[in-house]
Amino acid sequence: MTKLRIDIRRKEGLSDPEGVATLRALHDLGYAEVGEVHFGRMIYLDVSEADASSVGARVEEMCRRLLANPVIEDWTVETVE
Amino acid sequence: MRVAVVVFPGTNCEHDVAYALGELGTSPELVWHRETALDGFDGVVLPGGFAHGDYLRTGAIARFSPVMTAVERHAVEGTPVLGICNGFQILCEAGLLPGALVANRDLKFICRPVPLRIESTNSILTRTARVGQVLRLPLNSYEGNYIAPAKDLERLEAQGRVMLRYCDAAGVADESTNPNGSTNSIAGIANTAGNVAALMPHPERAIEGLLGSTDGRVLLESFVASMAREPARA
Repeated sequence: MTKLRIDIRRKEGLSDPEGVATLRALHDLGYAEVGEVHFGRMIYLDVSEADASSVGARVEEMCRRLLANPVIEDWTVETVE
Repeated sequence: MRVAVVVFPGTNCEHDVAYALGELGTSPELVWHRETALDGFDGVVLPGGFAHGDYLRTGAIARFSPVMTAVERHAVEGTPVLGICNGFQILCEAGLLPGALVANRDLKFICRPVPLRIESTNSILTRTARVGQVLRLPLNSYEGNYIAPAKDLERLEAQGRVMLRYCDAAGVADESTNPNGSTNSIAGIANTAGNVAALMPHPERAIEGLLGSTDGRVLLESFVASMAREPARA
């Protein structure tokens, strides 16, 4: 079993209301050194290794089709174990 | 005229939409999302709600419901397809409309009537309306903030496919009259053919004086008039 961690983030340049609101709150609390805040989402998958060579391609496909929205999001996939 | 009102698990505006379309002389039918065919329907509505719990992203799971293959086929063939609120989010996820809807600028669920300006009459949603007309419709969403890559936005604006913008009572649309931070104050858009259109506010909740506004009628009447022009396909 391969454990994968997928990190999904809003594409640069597209508005991220959670990030903007959190940045404002951090500034209000006096953390003026913070320049930008971006929210993302982590998804963890356990994938069987029946065909290890195709895992990467299939996970990319899963991200493109369902897990992320390619119109507004980018993602990275990491093996965690 | 038969209208399919699609019901996903978590949809909650289907009865309001069916009632409103019935009042306008059509025969609405609720269609469960597991159905695979929509043969003989003159129009399709994806109503508001929280399809599949809005898990993952709004509309992300709904777009893979079995009925969506038939919805996509109708959309391509020119059948009027209307998305309202969650239906707008689903049509974007399905790629039938560009862009996406994300959290409101102020991270608040907005539930109040808002003024909207008609920007174009070149769609099934606005055909019988008048450019510049200001409508007042209930907005009821957390993810109503429209965003799209710059090239998609430019195309939408250049091709006159923005149907509705948030504005004030006098019809002024700018950042001060934008309730949710939506890009260019966009509240409703259409595809290039004009037969697939969607909006975040709820026209079906503004069809009788008792509801506080009848401004939703002109939009739903446009949809009904569009079905009359596009006879049912097998």
